[in-house]
Amino acid sequence: MSFWLESLIILVVLCNLRVLGSSRLTACIQTVALQGALLGLLPVLAHLDALSARLLLQAAASTVLKAAVFPWLLNRALRQAGLQREVEPFVGFTASLAAGVLFLGAALWLAARLPHAGPEALSRLVPTALFTIFVGLFVIVSRRQAVTQVLGYLVFENGIYAFGMAFAEKQPLLVELGILLDVFMGVFVMGITLFHIHREFDHLDTDRLTALRDS
Amino acid sequence: MGAFLLSIGLLAAGGLGALFFSRRSRLAGLFGAGGALLGAAVGLAEVLPALLDRTPRPLRLDWGLPLGSFSLALDPLSAFFAAPILGLCAAAALYGVEYMEAHSSRRSLGPSWFFFDLLMASMLVLCAARDSVLFLIAWELMTLSSFFLVTFEDEKESVRRAGWTYLVAAHLGTAGLFLLFMLLSRQAGSTDLSAVPALSPLHADAAFLLALVGFGTKAGFMPMHVWLPEAHPAAPSHVSAVMSGVMIKTGIYGLLRVLSLLGAPPAWWGWCLLAVGAVSGVLGVLFALAQHDLKRLLAYHSVENIGIIALGLGVGLLGRAHGMPLVSVLGFAGALLHVLNHVLFKGLLFLGAGSVLHAAGTRDMEHLGGLLKRMPWTGSTFLIGSAAICGLPPLNGFVSEFLIYLGAFYAVVAGGAAWGAVAIGALALIGGLALACFTKAFGVVFLGEPRGEKAAAAHECGWPMRLSMAALAAGCVLVGLCGPMVLFWSSGTLLQVCALPPAAFQSLLFGSVLPPLLWVCGAGAALLAALILGALARAWLLRGRPVGESGTWDCGYAAPGPRMQYTASSFAQPITGLFSFFLRPRERASGPEGYFPASASYATETPDLFRERLYEPVFSGVLRLAWRLRWLQHGRIQLYVLYIALTLLVLLLWRLG
Repeated sequence: MSFWLESLIILVVLCNLRVLGSSRLTACIQTVALQGALLGLLPVLAHLDALSARLLLQAAASTVLKAAVFPWLLNRALRQAGLQREVEPFVGFTASLAAGVLFLGAALWLAARLPHAGPEALSRLVPTALFTIFVGLFVIVSRRQAVTQVLGYLVFENGIYAFGMAFAEKQPLLVELGILLDVFMGVFVMGITLFHIHREFDHLDTDRLTALRDS
Repeated sequence: MGAFLLSIGLLAAGGLGALFFSRRSRLAGLFGAGGALLGAAVGLAEVLPALLDRTPRPLRLDWGLPLGSFSLALDPLSAFFAAPILGLCAAAALYGVEYMEAHSSRRSLGPSWFFFDLLMASMLVLCAARDSVLFLIAWELMTLSSFFLVTFEDEKESVRRAGWTYLVAAHLGTAGLFLLFMLLSRQAGSTDLSAVPALSPLHADAAFLLALVGFGTKAGFMPMHVWLPEAHPAAPSHVSAVMSGVMIKTGIYGLLRVLSLLGAPPAWWGWCLLAVGAVSGVLGVLFALAQHDLKRLLAYHSVENIGIIALGLGVGLLGRAHGMPLVSVLGFAGALLHVLNHVLFKGLLFLGAGSVLHAAGTRDMEHLGGLLKRMPWTGSTFLIGSAAICGLPPLNGFVSEFLIYLGAFYAVVAGGAAWGAVAIGALALIGGLALACFTKAFGVVFLGEPRGEKAAAAHECGWPMRLSMAALAAGCVLVGLCGPMVLFWSSGTLLQVCALPPAAFQSLLFGSVLPPLLWVCGAGAALLAALILGALARAWLLRGRPVGESGTWDCGYAAPGPRMQYTASSFAQPITGLFSFFLRPRERASGPEGYFPASASYATETPDLFRERLYEPVFSGVLRLAWRLRWLQHGRIQLYVLYIALTLLVLLLWRLG
């Protein structure tokens, strides 16, 4: 079981690196979807000996949303807006990857200093979660297009989800559902906003939105 | 607590139903008002018995939030404030069904009904909350829902401005409450309000001042009252009635609740409330006198009445601090009854003003007049409300002011001459000015001849509006005639506020408070009977004789017109001129010139003193400072997120490092 868990965690880390290094938007969306599916599997694998209907349901809901619904919404937004399929970063891909390695180091260092209270099997999850959160924030900050920012938020949420899982035996259902709903609404609203921004301005570059500030 | 929760559930269902059927205004009104009426009926079944129940059963539910708990209890103090909320909101909802009809062609009424029900439910939860976090959540819900109700006609610039003023003022007050509840829960070790221990004098003083500012902003104590004269005229009238009638009373409720947690009060708290009450009362009525806008005038009267309530509380606290239990009971009794009375007559007056606005299309008194003949129901109920708010017997305003007077006189006799005299002087001045103000309001709006075409074409409102106004007017008369009974019903609350031993309290209540009240109400009933007899005699004398209408004696000038009547401003001018030092009215006049003058004009305007002289300079200073930080806001989302991320990272490193 430990082998499966560890490979899963490594896959999550690799997904993060691919999001940083990929220049294609569709590839990024696929990677984030894969990451969501992996994290949805994680609680099931971690609690194989004590499976409950609630756990399964929660995992299923989160997997369906993150691996199917969100990517579908984003792809649809891409198609409808007829966007360019490139990522358009402020920070180049090589530099992004280098930053990612730095983040991984920082996450490992931070996780070592954090007191760990959760189950032992999941202790490796803490640095991964921190790394995912950092990567999410970095994607939001360093990418130009609105779609990539939505992706950044999704990666960020994956990190929070993993972090919560590492620390709590069982997350309170209410909190988990609340976060899911939050992100769902976020993606939904941003999908609509993207469409409207595109229709109004004929582009989706968030850095050109500076024209909207009240001087 | 079952019926109470059911009532809140009904309100939620009604509100959501109204939201769901937003497109169909009739159905939205049915759900919104139906939820409010049903909720009020069910809620009253639980709240009224709780008035005298001294052993409430608290309800505690876990709600899965990291802070606080959903804990409710209905003790007499909570019930005393919850009952008027249910009653007035029901009347206002019934009224609103017809009143909002006129807007239904232009916009959807669903959200408005949703926020109305939400406002009512949040006020109920607030009154019963026994947990700081729950209290603050209900408080914020109340503020936000009333904000959305105020900004109903948001296409008007003045309404948007009023909404912002209200929102800012309310949140500055809430900031004080946050500090207050943080202080209390720190001392108690939990957010449970019943766990607050005896505080040290320093902490108690700080808590009192924070409560005075935080709750005083909502209640409308001067100088925190600035939002009232803006928000009340802007809101739809049934909402103004609810806001002025019961929502600002939640500030008084909060003050009383916190005072009950703080233990024995030092004398200066009483002085503080007395001063606040005197200033709010006198200046409130003076500014009311100078207004031309009927609803703005009523809004300033809310400040005045809150001032009277604060005077009563001040007398009560000073009586308690100086060991005069009778004075304390009388002061608190007057304040509590005035809370109830203000709900009745201010609700009634705002509904009446709404009816005038509905019929004549304007709130400007200079364009109204002669409405009593056109709108007999509105006119006569407005007259009852006006007499009640002036504190004239045999109506309810007199009962509560009489109790405060009595307390202040006992205080003067027992050695508290200074503060007793302050209370008596302030009350007397307020009473006289209020009488002048409502003579002006009623006389200009309802008597004489119409000053405009719209007023001439005004028509009486339909039966839902008449019914709610008549119910409130009946309440004013009933409370005026049955004062002792009402006081008995509120004795549980009074005992809780006075914090006396029950036996001593009972002997004071039955020995010294109720007997004079019985006399007063008996005399009131006799006066009413004499009035009715007089009316019957008049009808008998006029029987069989023609009653006609003709021009008055006109000094030989044969063409008197409606424009030659006294205007609202000219009626009030002698008094506003006397107090122009406080009021600072602005005049714009172009007098008649030459031997054959063609035109002349004269206009006055009395802006709020505190808004102009205190808040505007402060806020423009803050705005200037804020502009200096403008370079931070450059419109790049990426950098905004970077700020947040860096802050979080620094905080994390700081905690771990």
